Amino acid sequence: MLTTPAPVVGASVAEQSLRGNRLRRGLVPYGYLSPTVVLMVVLMLIPIVMVISYSVMDNVILKKSPKLVGFDNYTAILTNPTFATAVKNTLFFTLVSVAAHLVLGLTFALLLNTRLLSSRVKAFFRVLYVMPWLFTVAIIAILWRLLLSPNGIVNYLLEVTGLTGGQVEWLSTPDTALFAVTFINIWAGYPFFMISLLAGLQGIPRELNEAARVDGASVVKQFLFITLPQLRPIIISMAMLDFIWTTQQFALIWMTTGGGPINRTEMLSTFTYKLAFSRYQFALASTSAVIILVLSMIIAFFYVRHQKALE
Amino acid sequence: MALDTTSTSPAADTVADARPGPRLSQQARKDSLARVVILLALVLGALFAAFPIVWMLSSSFKSNTEIFEFPPRLITENFSFGAYSTILSDPVKVRFFINSYVVSLSVTVLTLVVAIFAAYAFSRFEFRFKPALNVIIVSVQAVPPITLLIPYFGLMVALKLYNTYPGLILTYMIFTLPYAIVMMTGYFNTLPRELDEAVKVDGGRTITALWRVLVPISVPGIVSVGIYTFMIAWNEYLFALTLTKTQDMRTVPIGIQLLMGQHSYEWNEMMAMSILGCIPILFLFLFFQRYFIGGMSAGAVK
Repeated sequence: MLTTPAPVVGASVAEQSLRGNRLRRGLVPYGYLSPTVVLMVVLMLIPIVMVISYSVMDNVILKKSPKLVGFDNYTAILTNPTFATAVKNTLFFTLVSVAAHLVLGLTFALLLNTRLLSSRVKAFFRVLYVMPWLFTVAIIAILWRLLLSPNGIVNYLLEVTGLTGGQVEWLSTPDTALFAVTFINIWAGYPFFMISLLAGLQGIPRELNEAARVDGASVVKQFLFITLPQLRPIIISMAMLDFIWTTQQFALIWMTTGGGPINRTEMLSTFTYKLAFSRYQFALASTSAVIILVLSMIIAFFYVRHQKALE
Repeated sequence: MALDTTSTSPAADTVADARPGPRLSQQARKDSLARVVILLALVLGALFAAFPIVWMLSSSFKSNTEIFEFPPRLITENFSFGAYSTILSDPVKVRFFINSYVVSLSVTVLTLVVAIFAAYAFSRFEFRFKPALNVIIVSVQAVPPITLLIPYFGLMVALKLYNTYPGLILTYMIFTLPYAIVMMTGYFNTLPRELDEAVKVDGGRTITALWRVLVPISVPGIVSVGIYTFMIAWNEYLFALTLTKTQDMRTVPIGIQLLMGQHSYEWNEMMAMSILGCIPILFLFLFFQRYFIGGMSAGAVK
């Protein structure tokens, strides 16, 4: 207080312009963010508000003036037996896919990280192993329809090796369809894990393994007590991301089985899509979409928390 | 550092292992056995990974009757590029490719511009809503596409963007932008602040610091993000299916599906179109492998 100089007119002007400057400087980041914010509001916030409002009305889009029906749609969806089937199928499809992606991705990454082969050989195999990831889901769906068709190469190979007899319709037999689409998804998705884990493996200092070896630790022990703990954060991130993505899978199911036969491969995504665009039940479909959103946000919450913990 | 050099250099290994007598040869024998096992495992895995694709390639060169011949063969006597020329001489199918290129390239350019601005703000400024905006951008990545599908359908019809390029491009940006911003911010964070601060100290505007200094040295990061963005747009299926209607607006993934219903299963043409449909991605992968993998793991891990 004592040191505060008496205000002079000139100083106050300078102070004002300084404050104005600081204000302008404070606005600069918002300027750079404005295109992003506008897009997020128009393409994310408004649609989410729209879908939530659709979900509490009777049939929107088709009716001129839809009425508010409260939680009726939610009761209808949550008691719908097909919805329950879709939840079960989605969980099976997702959990098996993520587990298999992890096991395959880790195995291949470990093989590709060996110090026993030259880097040229490893690069060659790496390209082959990444291949499935370079194809669009639509292409993967078509390709596997050819491979898995009754007269296709998979049946031929299985017959020649004596594993199965005859022409199995993998994608249209109720007992095999869910396994078949899950298998296709496993094939299509492991490279993503593999590449990230490979990057992670290359980040582990070699000295750690060397030291363990000198101390007489076996290869299995080195893997369990050095490699796995080092990869843990990547594995958890990847598994959660993969979980989120796999639950959202639509194109693969839609183009191979369409959710059939008799709902055996019906997923939350195909269930919702059919409600909207085959049966034109837009309000019910919106309800289902909101339920899926809530489930995804719960998983996303844990993902964000895990990522935060890493920093 | 000293520890680093002694334990990783091959010389150190030799010293450790170079005890005279049987121990060395035992280790060498163990290594070569392990090498054989690893190679065998790699070949087996490669069959699983690549055989379906080899089969796709082989089928695209067959005639349609040979595709299901018994026993199956990888190369048949009627080897021909017929299926490819059928696809490429059909203006309807060529249009699918043009649409996919127009949409994917536009999405890539627009996403990069918007994401570079946003990433600059996140990386170089402190501001009040930064943590909140950060969380929003990360969680937006988890919003399921199917949730947005129904309102987008209504929105695009209302905005008269249904069945147009801008409609698809805007839609795809909401899926590409969050990744692009997260990846780009990560990249900018690795660059020292002094570089662009210098421009500002000299009285330059922040935009000058961004375009003249930061962007030119960020080319590797931008290439990674661009490839990633292009791939998302090129592969998208659900919204292309729902937000376009006429055949002249369809993209490649939908075009392949249309091929399935249209003819009575011309498998060789479908396989040829699939090969043509993955060429841009394959090209990007072969020429930018380093950026590709860098971007991919950066997007996942960070």
